[in-house]
Amino acid sequence: MISHETIEKNLGLLIVLTILIVSVGGLVQIVPLFFQTSTTTPVEGLKPYTALQLMGRDIYIREGCVGCHSQMIRPFRAETERYGHYSVAGEYVYDRPFLWGSKRTGPDLARVGGRYSDAWQVAHLMNPRDVVPESIMPAYPWLDRPLKDTGIQAKMRTLDIVGHGYTEQEIAAAPAALQGKTELDAVIAYLQVLGTHAPKN
Amino acid sequence: MSDFTSGFWPIYISVLTLVSILGTWVFLKSQTTRKFAPGEKAELMEHTWDGDLQDLNNPLPRWWLGLFYGTMIFGLGYLALWPGLGNFAGLLGWTSKGEYQAEVKAAEAKFQPMYAGFMQQDVATVAADPNARAIGKHLFLTYCSQCHGSDAMGAKGFPNLTDNDWLYGGEPDTIVATITNGRAGVMPAWEPILGAQGVKQVANYVLSLSGRQHDATLAEAGKAKFAENCAACHMPDGTGMKALGAPNLTDKVWLYGGNEATIIETIAKGRNGVMPALTQTLGTTSNKEAKLHLLAAYVYGLSQQK
Repeated sequence: MISHETIEKNLGLLIVLTILIVSVGGLVQIVPLFFQTSTTTPVEGLKPYTALQLMGRDIYIREGCVGCHSQMIRPFRAETERYGHYSVAGEYVYDRPFLWGSKRTGPDLARVGGRYSDAWQVAHLMNPRDVVPESIMPAYPWLDRPLKDTGIQAKMRTLDIVGHGYTEQEIAAAPAALQGKTELDAVIAYLQVLGTHAPKN
Repeated sequence: MSDFTSGFWPIYISVLTLVSILGTWVFLKSQTTRKFAPGEKAELMEHTWDGDLQDLNNPLPRWWLGLFYGTMIFGLGYLALWPGLGNFAGLLGWTSKGEYQAEVKAAEAKFQPMYAGFMQQDVATVAADPNARAIGKHLFLTYCSQCHGSDAMGAKGFPNLTDNDWLYGGEPDTIVATITNGRAGVMPAWEPILGAQGVKQVANYVLSLSGRQHDATLAEAGKAKFAENCAACHMPDGTGMKALGAPNLTDKVWLYGGNEATIIETIAKGRNGVMPALTQTLGTTSNKEAKLHLLAAYVYGLSQQK
């Protein structure tokens, strides 16, 4: 057996052995997830985000919504009673990066799609206290401005590399789909699709 | 979970996990200095640091080694009892789904007797029960208050539920239907048809219906246009139609606002009053029906207070 002294005095060997030990966790817990049906197959009906929803998702990321809103319903009764069916891996197949979040200053948004009307979402984003007087969420009035197409086609092509499967036709039609929309429209399009393909109760 | 794409992965996980635990064990054992014989002293190490700093080759403290071996034994015990080694489900047969279902089942059993009592009563009777109202209030705060307000008095575009004015009707069955299936009240935009002046005329006629201040000349001109275009839903006398959710325009209740500017906006651009269906929102347990019943009773009770 290799002696303690040999390892300590050979920096290269020490580095190699350290990397080996540290990577065991990832090799055992992360790598096999890429080869599991439940984590790689989308749930029934789940489609990749449309051009407008993708833009909305980027704005969701830009505004830091994930800092206060999780998108992950855990299998506890207290959560399923409030939000609906607990989240399953197949719902996140087209989430790159995923937006599970880790803190709920506001409620979970994994199932928010269809829960409120578009008009409610507009009023709420403009000033949350107009509809929920107790709310501590900041207002986002600047979202009511024209949506800028920041390379939606390139983004869709990149996502195709990892298997989102946008057709050439969809990519060609993307800029037109963003025409005349506001950032508000995009965010609401994104919010209204969240969790709409959840497992039914 | 046994849904790996190939049989290689469970073996890969199990082998890598066990080899790293046992490998660490063997490695630690091989590096541990033996125990001292009675009277034996630790020898001085050869090297000297910083001129005069030397150290003794003492064996690792036993308690510290014990902790190390302890964690490995704990790890092996865990892997035997709980899932972790590939497809092996663990001796306890635990799953997160199973734990969740047990939790739901326990809650259902706990609340079922109380819910069953309420389910046998009709909505009006439940609405009068203070216990049911207390439960209903919490359900309302969880599922409804975001739009209708925690005091149920609504907001612009979201109906006040405490008055006795209903868009679709306030009978218990109608309230249950509204909560279950949601509502979509669509008023089309009339500006393309009526023109800006026409909209202003109809708006003034609408103001006159509820006896608000209006321009009589404009209202007179709007009367015919109202009969032609608006009466189909709002009825010729403007009292509305509950089947469509078309509001009564002759009372003093305004969903979006009753001043001239807002009425013009409503007529010109139309309105989309959407209430989402709550079937998927009301939770996952078998007590869902009872929750719907209690919620409907609470909402019904709100309008019966005055």
